[in-house]
Amino acid sequence: MTGMRYLICFAAVAVALLIAPVVFPSSVAITTMSLMGVMIIFALSYNMLLGQTGLLSFGHAVYYGLAGFCAAHAMNIIAAGKLPVPLPVIPLVGAAAGLFFGVIFGAVSTRRAGTVFAMISLGLGELVAAFALVLHTFFGGEDGISTNRTKLLAFFGYKFGPQIQVYYLIAFWCFVCIVLMYALTRTPFGRMCNAVRDNPERVEFIGYSTQRVRFQAFVLSAMFAGVAGALAAINFELMNLQSIGAAASGQVLLMSFVGGAGHFAGPVIGAIFVTFLQVSLSDITKAWMLYFGLMFIFIVMYAPGGMAGWLALHWPLLRNGRIVRLLPAYALAAIPMLGLALGGVMLIELAHHMLVQAASDGPQLSIFRIPMNGASPWPWLAALVLFAGGAFGVRAAWPRVADAWGRALAAPGTTKVNS
Amino acid sequence: MNPAIALRDVRKSFGPTEIIRGLNLTVNRGERHAVIGPNGAGKSTMFHLISGRLQASSGVIELKGEDITGLRPYEINRRGLSRSFQITNIFPKLSVYENLRCAVLWSLGYRYAFWRFVDRLKDANERAEEVLEMIGLTARRDTPAGVLAYADQRALEIGVTIAGGADVIMLDEPTAGMSHAETEQAVALIRKVSEGRTLIMVEHDMGVVFGLADRISVLVYGQIIASDTPQAIRANPAVREAYLGEEAPA
Repeated sequence: MTGMRYLICFAAVAVALLIAPVVFPSSVAITTMSLMGVMIIFALSYNMLLGQTGLLSFGHAVYYGLAGFCAAHAMNIIAAGKLPVPLPVIPLVGAAAGLFFGVIFGAVSTRRAGTVFAMISLGLGELVAAFALVLHTFFGGEDGISTNRTKLLAFFGYKFGPQIQVYYLIAFWCFVCIVLMYALTRTPFGRMCNAVRDNPERVEFIGYSTQRVRFQAFVLSAMFAGVAGALAAINFELMNLQSIGAAASGQVLLMSFVGGAGHFAGPVIGAIFVTFLQVSLSDITKAWMLYFGLMFIFIVMYAPGGMAGWLALHWPLLRNGRIVRLLPAYALAAIPMLGLALGGVMLIELAHHMLVQAASDGPQLSIFRIPMNGASPWPWLAALVLFAGGAFGVRAAWPRVADAWGRALAAPGTTKVNS
Repeated sequence: MNPAIALRDVRKSFGPTEIIRGLNLTVNRGERHAVIGPNGAGKSTMFHLISGRLQASSGVIELKGEDITGLRPYEINRRGLSRSFQITNIFPKLSVYENLRCAVLWSLGYRYAFWRFVDRLKDANERAEEVLEMIGLTARRDTPAGVLAYADQRALEIGVTIAGGADVIMLDEPTAGMSHAETEQAVALIRKVSEGRTLIMVEHDMGVVFGLADRISVLVYGQIIASDTPQAIRANPAVREAYLGEEAPA
């Protein structure tokens, strides 16, 4: 039964969360994975709006950020007063804060859907960000609010000083939130969210108020964003204005969309992938924001279902083994794609180096460890040839891919039943 | 007993244009009532007014004796009136089964519950299965509604309308665009689902109208010019002149 399948899935998630630090024991990895855990909760909470209820929000970081600040203050108050509250329950403070602000702002913004909702969410986000700049006592101005997670009551002897302990704290809450948010999709309320996403007009003719469904989704989503915000406060021991602003709201939208808003697991994939890229790419290249933008445009244009949608497309073929029919065409298309990507990266890196860094560092740079001179025309020419040749090659190879797809689907035995 | 639906001097204007011009209509409980009239007479507008999609400019609309003028569509639906749409209006990404299950949730009292699993709601699942079988889509149970064939979508449209168990059912051109065989199936379905309930339908196919309806109302330029049994309507000279003149019923 499907119920059994989900139990197995959740067990696999739990095991993966438990053994991840054993498989990747370096301190960089554990720091990155802690951040991934926080972002998984944040992105899943965002997708309750975008993917489940069809609400496009540009201000979801408001609930993450405000809850984070509340959690940081709560930790400081608890530490100062030596109150008997251990660190692991701090995410509940975040949840309460998210819920509180969700009710207030949700009452204003969920009266309307569509563009109006999107614009109100953007306006509220800017409003809170502007307010945060002024209100120094709560938001701490440019410095933000710092806190110390080890000053709280020890929890069975754990003080949560080492990052690995924080990782397991985040992993625990991440697991709880994944299970709860998944469970929500299987309730009458969750199903009506999907109905509102699909056709809000008809929902009103089967007895439901779309506004009430949207409001409830908004409040619950803000609550889970609050858990993520509190975990961020615990993880960084610092909350600042960046966590509340439009950039953070844009980032969670990016994660959900890149991962795939149409599938429950999409935002999880997106959060892991985007966080990984952020951490690793920002070490490799200074133009990493540009790559993010390009990736987003690529996904919007060519894979609107996101990574999860792309995987789901291949799943039936993978199950009945017909995926092998696609491989030759994919391999053929991969070569010019690689050229296209390499050429594109070279062009970006050359341009970035010459425009930003050449004045101070000179025209010498290295791309993929290959040294070259940005002032000479040859690297540019090579990049252009790779890029144009790749683009041409992809266009030429594309009919083959489409053809292979057609044949794989048309082949007998491609229905759900395993042949 | 109060009539199922009563409209008294209902008017509706869009800007300076008055579409519904003092409409009076009574639909008795338990009858199958057809509304006919030429294109642009205001039949769909009248449906929208009764079901709450549009607000009347003036006049009173009563459902089972209760004033429902100005209520929201979901408030009217909760009082036992459910309608279908002329242009199919279902939940395209949800499966056929999920469409029907969503449509029964409110009437079974589950409201906005987020603390119980929908798969474990015995009565909701039984009711959804029952309607699924009634509309003949059992084989397409798990298909996303958006990819169904047109006639199947129309059947689902009726299924979503009746699933909640409302006792007043309004169908807006249920057989529009169907082939002859499909129309016959749809008529059988409508006959079955409207048993023991009040049915109001807008329909252009005179065969369907005269075959199904207990009473017929004729709507011309925003007013009901006649409301009577099929035989009386057929004999009514005003109706013949205004509407049936060129396409007399078979």
